[in-house]
Amino acid sequence: MNKPATDAERAAVDGLLDSLPAGWDGNPLEGRLAFSGLHRSQQLRHLLLPALDAVQSEIGWVSPGALDYICATLIVPPAEAYGVATFYALISTTPLAPIVVHVCDDICCRERGAVEIVAALRAVFGEARSADGPATWMTSPCLGQCDRAPAVYIQRAGQDDLVIAPANPASVLAAVDGQIEPMKVATASTTLLGRPGGKSLEAYQQGGGYVALAIAASQGADRTIAEIKASNLRGRGGAAFPAGIKWEAVAGIASDYKYVICNADESEPGTFKDRDLMESNPYALVEAMTIAGFATGATRGYIYIRGEYPLATTRLKAAIREAYAAGLLGSDVGGHGFAFDLELRRGQGAYICGEETALMNSIEGKRGEPRNKPPFPTVSGLFDKPTVINNVETLVNVIDIIEHGGETWAQTGTADSTGPKLFCLSGAVAKPGVYEVAFGATLGDLLDLAGGATGDIQAILLGGAAGSFITGDQLDIPLTFEGSRAAGVSLGSGVIMVFDTTTDMTDVARRLAQFFRDESCGQCVPCRVGTARIEENLARKLNGHGELDLQLIDDIDVAMKDASICGLGHTAATAIRSLIDLGLI
Amino acid sequence: MSVTVTINGQSVSVPDGATLLDACRSEEIDTPTLCYLENLTPVNACRVCVVEVEGSRTLVPACSRPAEDGMVVQTETDRVKHSRKMVLEFLASSVDLSTADSALSGWMETYGADPSRYGTPAPPTEDRDHRHAGHHAAASGEVTETVAQPPKIDNGLYMRDYSKCILCYKCVEACGEDAQNTFAIAVAGRGFDARISTEFDVGLTESACVFCGNCIAVCPTGALMFRSEYELRQADVWNEDEQNVTRTICSYCGVGCNLELHTQDNRIVKVTSPMDHSVTDGHLCIKGRFGYEYVQNLEDDLATTPVDVVLRSVRGR
Repeated sequence: MNKPATDAERAAVDGLLDSLPAGWDGNPLEGRLAFSGLHRSQQLRHLLLPALDAVQSEIGWVSPGALDYICATLIVPPAEAYGVATFYALISTTPLAPIVVHVCDDICCRERGAVEIVAALRAVFGEARSADGPATWMTSPCLGQCDRAPAVYIQRAGQDDLVIAPANPASVLAAVDGQIEPMKVATASTTLLGRPGGKSLEAYQQGGGYVALAIAASQGADRTIAEIKASNLRGRGGAAFPAGIKWEAVAGIASDYKYVICNADESEPGTFKDRDLMESNPYALVEAMTIAGFATGATRGYIYIRGEYPLATTRLKAAIREAYAAGLLGSDVGGHGFAFDLELRRGQGAYICGEETALMNSIEGKRGEPRNKPPFPTVSGLFDKPTVINNVETLVNVIDIIEHGGETWAQTGTADSTGPKLFCLSGAVAKPGVYEVAFGATLGDLLDLAGGATGDIQAILLGGAAGSFITGDQLDIPLTFEGSRAAGVSLGSGVIMVFDTTTDMTDVARRLAQFFRDESCGQCVPCRVGTARIEENLARKLNGHGELDLQLIDDIDVAMKDASICGLGHTAATAIRSLIDLGLI
Repeated sequence: MSVTVTINGQSVSVPDGATLLDACRSEEIDTPTLCYLENLTPVNACRVCVVEVEGSRTLVPACSRPAEDGMVVQTETDRVKHSRKMVLEFLASSVDLSTADSALSGWMETYGADPSRYGTPAPPTEDRDHRHAGHHAAASGEVTETVAQPPKIDNGLYMRDYSKCILCYKCVEACGEDAQNTFAIAVAGRGFDARISTEFDVGLTESACVFCGNCIAVCPTGALMFRSEYELRQADVWNEDEQNVTRTICSYCGVGCNLELHTQDNRIVKVTSPMDHSVTDGHLCIKGRFGYEYVQNLEDDLATTPVDVVLRSVRGR
């Protein structure tokens, strides 16, 4: 028999359930709480990840007793709950010290001080993942703070999580001791990032907030969707799918429930634009979600934010709370005569949950394994209902489109790539950060904005870990959907990471391979084994055990592209292949 | 209602709702499958059944994709053969397939899979049940990682050797919604460290397992095995060529489940149920699967064959 859950563990779970608003439904089986057994379990299963999060956040790990209590409360089989808990990097099913420092050692941070931070933590707290002592540490994939590398994310049992960036050994050790300096948040004066009134709902409304929602409500859902279609707004998360098509598809389906989801699980290495957007003005995202709900007829929305973004999480929570208090969420939004509820869900450390169907499974309380498509989310998405899922940046653009009209908005940019676009400049550039340009700017233009390269450019990673490398003589590539396609590269999530000639690109390639080996969900064979074999091949060369087997890497890449279930496998070897093709490894 | 698709240039009509795999099989096109089973929901995880569908950027799993009117399908292209070969190589380079379904070695040959080109397999490890998502030990490059690990033997009815597990999800489905609704096991962990597990890796006797053995019946690689079969194999006594399979009806209750008694030296060494049997769909309960001891008295002085000796040693453990 397991040791039963402690009072503190029970309180963490009970606190989650108590925090649900009165009359809360949150899923398609609304109002069936009187039913017992299966119905009730379906009712509550989707609270599994929040419950695990509650225990992890309060206690510092999920013990067998705590898992038992969660399972008894939510009616989830323990083996399945364990399968879910062990899927996420931020949930620990073994004891850990109460403070856990996650040190980003991904491709940007590893050259900018991550090694020294790890050394300092090891010297003080011993090896990684220790249960003893006041604190422990472990390495982490990209934390989305590349413009202020190196970054650490700190989980603290019973206290708020925090991020320190830029970090150094002294500031990290001080933070572990409770001496925390508040982080500076980027301020910008661009269309998207500079939207006024990010500090409070009142300020947001005074600055023109919620005008777009009023326009949308007065012109009706059909016209709203027509404007989005006219704008030719394409997804900013990486796939570049036209947002209007998704909205129209879901609006056109009669269904008892529909959902809109904001994919804020920004985990693509080198990407931090959505974090900046959410931190600088969370109200805009809430308004955009509300417009999406109105236009598509969805009565409930979810924002799924990556767990390593504590500041954006806090601000979004506050923004949602304020919107409810002001009647701008709930049963009659702003007096416009439609209902929309919005809930924030935290990811728990899984890159794969940025894949749209994996994200939906994660919200449903399942392992974040992508689904086979078709069916597509617009037909069968969250809880198997029609669902619109858009990226943060995509959604925030909606406000301007509604305010100015789709055609006017589309005059910015090029014919095929309309509107403004955020790019994430990091690595060997003078002024790393998020830069907004009208579509059409070249790579060179962006580098100029960021103050140029700080050394001799060896390679530039475009699009993130799932993107590809190019060399410094390709700065005239127009960073548009069509321009990048013609150049055989991908814009992805807007990553531009510069590597100068001091970087060992084989080490970068191996870290990328490690990333995909770590982040593969493991469901399909090509990706589960292929990512491991690619990493082994690179480690063989890096550790002096042999040369790269180029034929094998090619064979693996082709099989992962052709036969994997989702985009993670399809693109896992792309960047590494590009380094090989450029002769850089 | 039927739909018509073109496979390798041939027009094929199948009932509405049929999959591409159904269509291929109706034409007797050999299509390898590992995670697919007629009596389980397709999870399309192994990807060995992939085919090329015109208009689809990637290959498509035949086992789960419904046939649609006008689909143009190719099953013999280089792309298809390549992915099938790679899937088989990936599995053979990381998993012990020595007791897998015999069809698998045939496919390895057909597609020219050569697992040796991945290098020296790593020795067994004991930490696979305790690995943390997103934090694998960095590859050294000297050896290639495998799932090799010690077998789990915690009861007298069946054992689990996850060195042989290809993670096809069949056992999880059979334990869960597709048959038993017991949910004693699930996939835990992530990526190459994903594994089938009870909660916190507790032994089966501490888990929700009801010992129906339906997981054994659907396992394609022998990772899950009757304890009797395992011990007979360990003692080098197991001999399928000398076994008889006798179909009978379970004598315990009135449902009428068909049993297939596998006997060697006149002893029952394993029990299955036919997958096409309308009552069981191949699934049984603990009584039908394991409750046969009363028909063979292993205490008898006459119970002295090598099979008897092994079976007696397993009993009550």
